[in-house]
Amino acid sequence: MYNFEYHNPSSLDDALAKLKASDDGMLISGGMTLLPTMKQRLAAPSDLIDLSGIDGLAGVALNGETLTIGAMTRHADVAISPDVLKAIPALAYLAGHIGDPQVRNRGTIGGSVANADPAADYPAGVLGLNATVETNVRKIAGDEFFTDLFETALEENEIITAVHFAVPDKAGYAKFENPASGYAMVGVMVAKFGSEVRVAVTGAGPNAFRIADMEAALAKDFSPNAIANIAVSADGLNSDMHASAEYRAHLVTVMAGRAVSAAA
Amino acid sequence: MSISVKMNINGKAVSGDVEPRTLLVHFIREHQKLTGTHVACDTSQCGACTVHLNGKATKSCTMLAVQANGADVTTIEGVAKADGTLHPMQLAFQDNHGLQCGFCTPGMVMMAIDIGNRHANPDADTVRHELDGNICRCTGYHNIVKAVMAGAKAMNASK
Repeated sequence: MYNFEYHNPSSLDDALAKLKASDDGMLISGGMTLLPTMKQRLAAPSDLIDLSGIDGLAGVALNGETLTIGAMTRHADVAISPDVLKAIPALAYLAGHIGDPQVRNRGTIGGSVANADPAADYPAGVLGLNATVETNVRKIAGDEFFTDLFETALEENEIITAVHFAVPDKAGYAKFENPASGYAMVGVMVAKFGSEVRVAVTGAGPNAFRIADMEAALAKDFSPNAIANIAVSADGLNSDMHASAEYRAHLVTVMAGRAVSAAA
Repeated sequence: MSISVKMNINGKAVSGDVEPRTLLVHFIREHQKLTGTHVACDTSQCGACTVHLNGKATKSCTMLAVQANGADVTTIEGVAKADGTLHPMQLAFQDNHGLQCGFCTPGMVMMAIDIGNRHANPDADTVRHELDGNICRCTGYHNIVKAVMAGAKAMNASK
């Protein structure tokens, strides 16, 4: 790892000032992706601005139909939060299956969402649960947040402060994980809001996406059978040493069915 | 440029000057000479470097020493009593032969204590899920799982 300047601000304003003053600074929350990337020298920021010392960025709050998770909330805390378990158990399940326990003790929702790894779990949650990503300057609709491989709608000098999830009638998450990394080869969040259904996929494409055909079918009949014959095109899906695009396309239908079965 | 860090390791206040890029595991091993915490994969896969940070299992190879400034850190050297009496989880690894070469064992024991802190009587499936972040290349895991189940029970019985 190349060296860098380390800053530990106690306020969001101070963090922003440090970020703006740096040549090529980066924010660090849990560091579960950033530190390994820096070790490999794939990232070499001039400055690291640590968000962990800023009060008020961590915690869960349930307010009617909205579940708010602070950006610095660790995955392990989301997985056992009584509010998350009560309002959206599928989201607690999702958080409890990210990486491994040690990673869940450090990794944060804000870091995961900002990093927008194509195989991360939270993007499926953000899209599937019609979430809004709040930053220091604005609120961004989940549907507009993930734009490409590791690309988001975030502008320079924008810091995620919280993610607001819509509480569904029921939701389920199912993933086929890479056994070595725990990352999703394909992960699907299915959520039912009244007569509307959302089906969001991570791991399969450059960024998380929804499947309109499955959403329409599930809106009429919320059962695994309703989507069992809806095939997804392999065009544009990820292909790597772990799985071909065709295999991932097949997995999308399988995991979507399992997510519907798991919905609660 | 170096930064001064202070933390409690195994109940003892320690301090040192580190580069920002110094990993917590290197601060523990090279600055504090506590070499029970191991480095193996160095890519946050294997869990040999697991320590407790404020009571929670953490991979010390994927954390900067500066990020642990002010924290309470427990390493494998800090789990037995001062008179040498082993921690119930260490005894369970001994009784169940939960190791062969022993290289992964410090990380396994630190993770296992975290499991025992959260699960009074875990079943084998729970233990296997919880051991996702620890790799052993000798045992095939069966005896480790037995040890963690027995150790978690013993930890909670002696509370």
